[in-house]
Amino acid sequence: MKLTQFKAPFVATLAASIALFSASAIASGDVAKERQDLMKNVGAATGAGAAMVKGEVEFNAVAAQLVLRTMNNGGLAFGYMFPEGSEKGANTEAGPAIWSDRAGFDAAVNKFVADTSATVTDLDSFKAAFGAATANCGACHKAYRVKN
Amino acid sequence: MIKKLSIAILALTALGFAGFWILTLPNGLKSEQVAALPTGDAVAGETIFWAGGCASCHAAKGATGDSKLVLSGGVELKTPFGTFHAPNISSDEQHGIGKWSLEQFVNAMKRGVSPQGEHYYPAFPYTSYARMTNKDVVDLFAYLKTLPDDQTASKAHELSFPFNIRRGLGLWKKLYLSPEPVLSVEAGNAQLERGRYLVEGPAHCGACHTPRNLIGGPKLKNWLAGGPAAEGSGSVPNLTPHASGLGNWSTAEIADSLKTGFTPEFDSFGSSMADVQENMAKLTDEDRAAIAEYLKAVPAIESSASK
Repeated sequence: MKLTQFKAPFVATLAASIALFSASAIASGDVAKERQDLMKNVGAATGAGAAMVKGEVEFNAVAAQLVLRTMNNGGLAFGYMFPEGSEKGANTEAGPAIWSDRAGFDAAVNKFVADTSATVTDLDSFKAAFGAATANCGACHKAYRVKN
Repeated sequence: MIKKLSIAILALTALGFAGFWILTLPNGLKSEQVAALPTGDAVAGETIFWAGGCASCHAAKGATGDSKLVLSGGVELKTPFGTFHAPNISSDEQHGIGKWSLEQFVNAMKRGVSPQGEHYYPAFPYTSYARMTNKDVVDLFAYLKTLPDDQTASKAHELSFPFNIRRGLGLWKKLYLSPEPVLSVEAGNAQLERGRYLVEGPAHCGACHTPRNLIGGPKLKNWLAGGPAAEGSGSVPNLTPHASGLGNWSTAEIADSLKTGFTPEFDSFGSSMADVQENMAKLTDEDRAAIAEYLKAVPAIESSASK
């Protein structure tokens, strides 16, 4: 068997797999589901942070930093997870303003990224950073989330 | 014979119009009720202002911080009957309510009657405000008088026939306007009664969270059970203790969500509820606990929401 004879179907299969994979990742239903999962991860981090702030679990600077980093990770991804064509799917509550006011949405996402970039040294610094970070949740959801 | 018949029809029609006229008469306070109104306290009125969510409709869309105190109007409510535009209720004498008397304000809040003697549309939730005490309404008026004036002109509502005939609301009010509580609660439980007062009265939770019938009346059998949104699109969550509602939320979690904006799973409120939560955050812990207590006590009803 010559290499070329082997290569063509292999490449074709690979290309088809990639195309299929991309399609499944880009199809609006899936990205809508994925960003919901992403939001839930951010929510879980928020829950852990709130428990520390309220004293329900003991403050730990490493864990607290991880809370902010996880939220920050969400922020870094949000900008890419509302592409054109993903306005519907998975019972999305993403508001039309995300697409009609893209600049405003991007600014809100960038603010969230900035507000979750703080370095935690002690409980007080975490309380301040966490308060500023979580103020973004309601502010952004008020403008860019709808009932469904 | 035909002549007699046509006279009879004419007479019946006239009687019909007269009946409609009488049945739909706007019904304001009587003079002795006006005389008995207490004196307003602006400080106490601020609490009522936030409990009542006035700014959520009457401040400009997207207003934050102190701009929520500029009640220029402007929020649009898109409903199956047409689009309602929340009017200017700032202290401006021409465009707002700066010239209103206390009597006119109480008539608006509790009877849904304008200073011109016309019916208001129930997009203005006077069916809830009708359950408020006179003291709270009077305090609110005193507080509103301390807020800035704004010269934005109010917009007319855009409604389709027959909903554009205000007079017809007189009949609607006969069906749905009552100062009586929706639910009876265990007597002597002050916290539960306070929660009922806030939820059914000033906070007007049922205005969104109770589904409406074809003429916009609340389906009281589905009290607070959520369903298709009366305004905008989508559906509104079930607040009853059913599993499809707040069944898994503790009283403390409900109260806490109104304070922080986060659900027990640390999702955060969005859309119009994000704004309502900002109002609720300005109440006392006791009042939020009372609201939660009431919500845990209402009948558990399966959600009529689509999902």
